[in-house]
Amino acid sequence: MAQQPTVNKVTVVALVENEPGVLNRIASLFRRRAFNIDSLTVGRTHKPDISRMTIRVDAGPEYARKIANNLQKLVNVIDVRVIDNEPHIERDLALIKVRSDDAYSRNTLTEICDRYPARIVDVGPHVAIIEMVGTETFVEKFIDEVRPIGIIEMIRTGIVSMGRGTRIHDTSVTRRDLARAALQASAMRNGRIV
Amino acid sequence: MRLTGSEIIMECLLREGVHVMFGYPGGAILPTYDAMAKYEDRLHHVLVRHEQGASHMADGYARATGEVGVCIATSGPGATNLVTGLATAMMDSSPIVAITGQVPIPAIGSDAFQETDVTGVTLPITKHNYLVTDVDELAYTMKEAFHIARTGRPGPVLVDVPKDIQNAVTEFIYPEGHLILPGYDPPAAANSHEIDAALRLIDQAERPIILAGHGIMMSGAMQEVRELAERAQIPVALTLLGKGALPEDHPLVIGMMGMHGEASSNLAIQEADLLIALGMRFDDRVTGNLKTYAVNARKIHIDIDRSELNKNVRADVGIAGDLKTVLKQLLPKLERKSHHDWIHQIRDWLEDSSERDILNYDTPGVLLTAQVINDIWRHTGGDAITVTDVGQHQMLEAQYYPHQRPSTLLTSGGLGTMGFGFPAAIGAKFGVPDEEIWAIVGDGGFQMTLCELATARQENVNVNIAIINNHFLGMVRQWQELFFEKRYQATPMVNPDFCKLADAYDIPNRRVTQRDEIEDAVAFARSINGPTLIEFVVEKEEMVYPMVPAGADLHDMKRRPKPGE
Repeated sequence: MAQQPTVNKVTVVALVENEPGVLNRIASLFRRRAFNIDSLTVGRTHKPDISRMTIRVDAGPEYARKIANNLQKLVNVIDVRVIDNEPHIERDLALIKVRSDDAYSRNTLTEICDRYPARIVDVGPHVAIIEMVGTETFVEKFIDEVRPIGIIEMIRTGIVSMGRGTRIHDTSVTRRDLARAALQASAMRNGRIV
Repeated sequence: MRLTGSEIIMECLLREGVHVMFGYPGGAILPTYDAMAKYEDRLHHVLVRHEQGASHMADGYARATGEVGVCIATSGPGATNLVTGLATAMMDSSPIVAITGQVPIPAIGSDAFQETDVTGVTLPITKHNYLVTDVDELAYTMKEAFHIARTGRPGPVLVDVPKDIQNAVTEFIYPEGHLILPGYDPPAAANSHEIDAALRLIDQAERPIILAGHGIMMSGAMQEVRELAERAQIPVALTLLGKGALPEDHPLVIGMMGMHGEASSNLAIQEADLLIALGMRFDDRVTGNLKTYAVNARKIHIDIDRSELNKNVRADVGIAGDLKTVLKQLLPKLERKSHHDWIHQIRDWLEDSSERDILNYDTPGVLLTAQVINDIWRHTGGDAITVTDVGQHQMLEAQYYPHQRPSTLLTSGGLGTMGFGFPAAIGAKFGVPDEEIWAIVGDGGFQMTLCELATARQENVNVNIAIINNHFLGMVRQWQELFFEKRYQATPMVNPDFCKLADAYDIPNRRVTQRDEIEDAVAFARSINGPTLIEFVVEKEEMVYPMVPAGADLHDMKRRPKPGE
């Protein structure tokens, strides 16, 4: 699959503590500083205490760095990185409900899906749901091809992104665990049981 | 040691070195107030008359001492009354910890009596905030709150404690050693490339200028800044909150910059080929029109907050770090320089300014704010801590009260909070009881928080209040005169008799209407160990010059005409 470079879009990846109100803090920051963002996704990581955010910004890297610097100030934000030129994998997922009530539309759909990493995941008498996964531009190209058939409904998850190779963007430190550990240690030093 | 949440709060305050807190009780914070009784001998509680006063007092305490100020309020309206003070502290990076009561956890979200989502309300105006939901986390949270408030770029932190958490009992262990905050790591030192790049720019500069901000004092970098200025012979302009960073009689200090700054400072910034911005954030009141701001200058910007770099002004060398640490890295490699012509040029501009100084005018029969402030400076030996409100008197204080020592001018710069001065002065006095404190306030701002006269009386706080009464909201009136064809909409004030008001609170007072009465009144105020109030009835329609209109170019100043002009 062709990895197409995206133009004028930068990704900010943030690792945040998975605590109540963190998304609120980040949303409040974006609103207060009037940061314009394209998409924002939040999801679990392999560590239950840490969520990972991918923020897509329709602007230059300088603007993204401004966002990153402000995000970094939030106490619940553990790490922030701007993914600009470094090699990375990014994925967007789209669910697209399209018209498929005649042979022509069904054939065209199948033909287009064969050329993309797209699957028809649900077929009914009148409509079908397609799942398309790829880079943002690739997903957009696919949507452009499907559009003439007749899109009825669509949802995209927004970009998730990960740097290639051994550069690790993660942390094994989770505050709640370590806070507890510190308390226990200090309790033990004092000969007390928590 | 098994303690209640309320007792844990008190124990934590003691361990953080707190000896005074400013607050107001109420239903949801009552358990904590009840616990105070046991700690009365070590933790003094000051009962304010409005929670806004408590937040400004904590702020004034913090600004005067550099330590964390503490305020306490109940849930709902008590907490929302803190909001103005928290926002003020946030804008001026003042370390305060606010403790608020909250309805019991089971009632949260039910619109219970006096329930407000306080962490939600204060989210954008605190450095960080907490809602404590587990009494076992209370001690750790308190420690974090103090740590976050005072380190890095300081700021307000709020801890919201539900009533059932205050009542819950647990084993109290104060966390020792370092806190684990993976997401909180304020920058400290610069790397060698940054230092070299900064040195290169300083070496190449012919017309450099240091912009000295509040951060110098928060970092304790006064000596390092002085060395930088002296060794490379660089003139120093001050921000409003930077006043005191270097003694104002230092030959390299050229005065305040910005909207009501010295004309010479503003002209020097516009003519400079290098700005060295230290612990300041290029506020719009400092820069004027950004498009024409210091266009000939390269910029070195050192600030502990990385997000301040390149926010308003592009830095050629931007260093995120602790100023004292960074300057200590830089100074050993700094070459001696001289900028004789440049300094001479600035002196010429200064001379022109002094010809336009209102104090050098013949003004018989009127009392001017500049005279009042300059005379207070003279008759107090220029060594008092002044705490101002916001408006014309604030700008005139900055112009006519030279400060020799750090943290001797306490003023709401970023937020411009009217009503700040008087309560902040009370808070400051608790922090530095041996200092002479003057609250210099306008008739407008004073009336916003004058209920704290009762607090000053109850605690017998030795604060001298100088009310500059021009029967106008003076600065707004000035804008109306200049930009709204003198339509004085909602700025003239019919005021109470401030002396009778002081009488009602049993506070000694004087009224001054002539310049020759000032010395006596100042001596009177200084002779009394407790609050005093002096009302200075000044000229109604004074102007503060120079003035860079909002959004105008920094060199485009409205000046006071010279005599005969």
